[in-house]
Amino acid sequence: MSKSGLLKSSIARKVAMALSAFFLMFFLLQHLTINMTSVFSAGVFNDLSHFMGTNFVVQYLLQPVLIVGVVFHFVMGFVLELKNYKSRDVRYVKYKGGASATWMSRNMILSGLVILAFMGLHFYDFWFPELKIKFIEGDWTGALTEGGEPIRYFDHLTDKFMQPVRVGIYCVSFVFLSLHLLHGFNSAFQSVGANNKYTKALQKFGVAYAILVPLGFIFIALFHHFNH
Amino acid sequence: MKVTLKVWRQKSASDKGKIETYKLDNVEDHMSFLEMMDILNEQLILEGQIPVAFDHDCREGICGMCSMHINGEPHGPDRGVTTCQLHMRMFNDGDTIYIEPFRAKGFPVIKDLVVDRSAFDRIQHAGGFISVPTSGNTQDANATPIPKPDADKAFDAAACIGCGACVASCKNASAMLFVSAKVSQFSLLPQGKVEAKRRVLNMVEQMDKEGFGNCSNTGSCEVECPKGISLENIARMNREYLKASVSSSE
Repeated sequence: MSKSGLLKSSIARKVAMALSAFFLMFFLLQHLTINMTSVFSAGVFNDLSHFMGTNFVVQYLLQPVLIVGVVFHFVMGFVLELKNYKSRDVRYVKYKGGASATWMSRNMILSGLVILAFMGLHFYDFWFPELKIKFIEGDWTGALTEGGEPIRYFDHLTDKFMQPVRVGIYCVSFVFLSLHLLHGFNSAFQSVGANNKYTKALQKFGVAYAILVPLGFIFIALFHHFNH
Repeated sequence: MKVTLKVWRQKSASDKGKIETYKLDNVEDHMSFLEMMDILNEQLILEGQIPVAFDHDCREGICGMCSMHINGEPHGPDRGVTTCQLHMRMFNDGDTIYIEPFRAKGFPVIKDLVVDRSAFDRIQHAGGFISVPTSGNTQDANATPIPKPDADKAFDAAACIGCGACVASCKNASAMLFVSAKVSQFSLLPQGKVEAKRRVLNMVEQMDKEGFGNCSNTGSCEVECPKGISLENIARMNREYLKASVSSSE
């Protein structure tokens, strides 16, 4: 193998970005599926959330992998953006990027930054309180009262979606997630070399995924806002 | 027609350079863009000024020498053409036209609109060839059967003239379309498969050394390419690279 090495070359970096993107897109689908149960049944949502929040494999194996995946995707995204910026040391006086490429593909760093900021709020709302209850207070029951059923998850969710400003921020963030996915989904497949007779169909599926998944999250936020 | 030209002037590689404004009153709409540049230079010479340096050679879209970034796009607003094939009818009377050199760290400006694209030569030298015996016993290429679809794809990839518009248009100044075309044209054919692993690894390594950016699949290279080189080639190169990286050396 040449000196460039698999982990140092530009192609290796884009493949690594694509693999972390695949993982995150699968996670998004799983997250949406569980969240969607809150629309139909508070009990099922509570049970699933309690399972995900207390299961050993999810907590100590899958969650660290997810954290590494998220951190890697963001850090590598910034590294690539910086490297790419430096690859044109003198900028054009007039540059018509929109003539040949979509806004989404040219502004992945911008949509990514909005998603990163949203994740800060999302962690503040849901993940950090969970860590506090479980790891600082030592309460792994998921119950509101001692000896009760695991029910606090649904209450926590609906409580957060009471505030219109928060719901608005969530909705706008999901629009940016959609813009990110509209380019990212198919870009990830192109990066791993998947461009063949199925590409056209995959592109259509990618557009559907990029619209429907964020739309699902928006629906959940609005549903709980207007029903609780 | 009358046009106002905003042309990048730079005396040498070390000069900072700046945009200069020129006005032309006698432009015909059936002129090619380079003929319009010739008129500008004649005017500058008559005025005792230094003419604008720009690359050109065949003036029929084959050599890939013309390299101007016109009104924010490499080879201008038309599609599937090089600058020499671009006509002034694509512009309107009274237009202001920005003319800049291709911009990339891998394409340093030599003078005015002339850039050094020898980075592409070095990438080709790193592996863009096949080794064949030339001692008198060379087998006729036609003796090797090649499936028609493979031959067509290889020919499409070989249509790349190495002009560098892909780099110029890419927001990352990535050279992936050029390199992937050169990798593809050989890797699709039996004669090129022998050195396929070494070729893709070495050419990508050289591409990275030259300072080109990373591909983020915006697809602008494909749109701006005067020869219509497909993004399919980049996917093929990615596959070839991954296969070559994880398999044993030749």
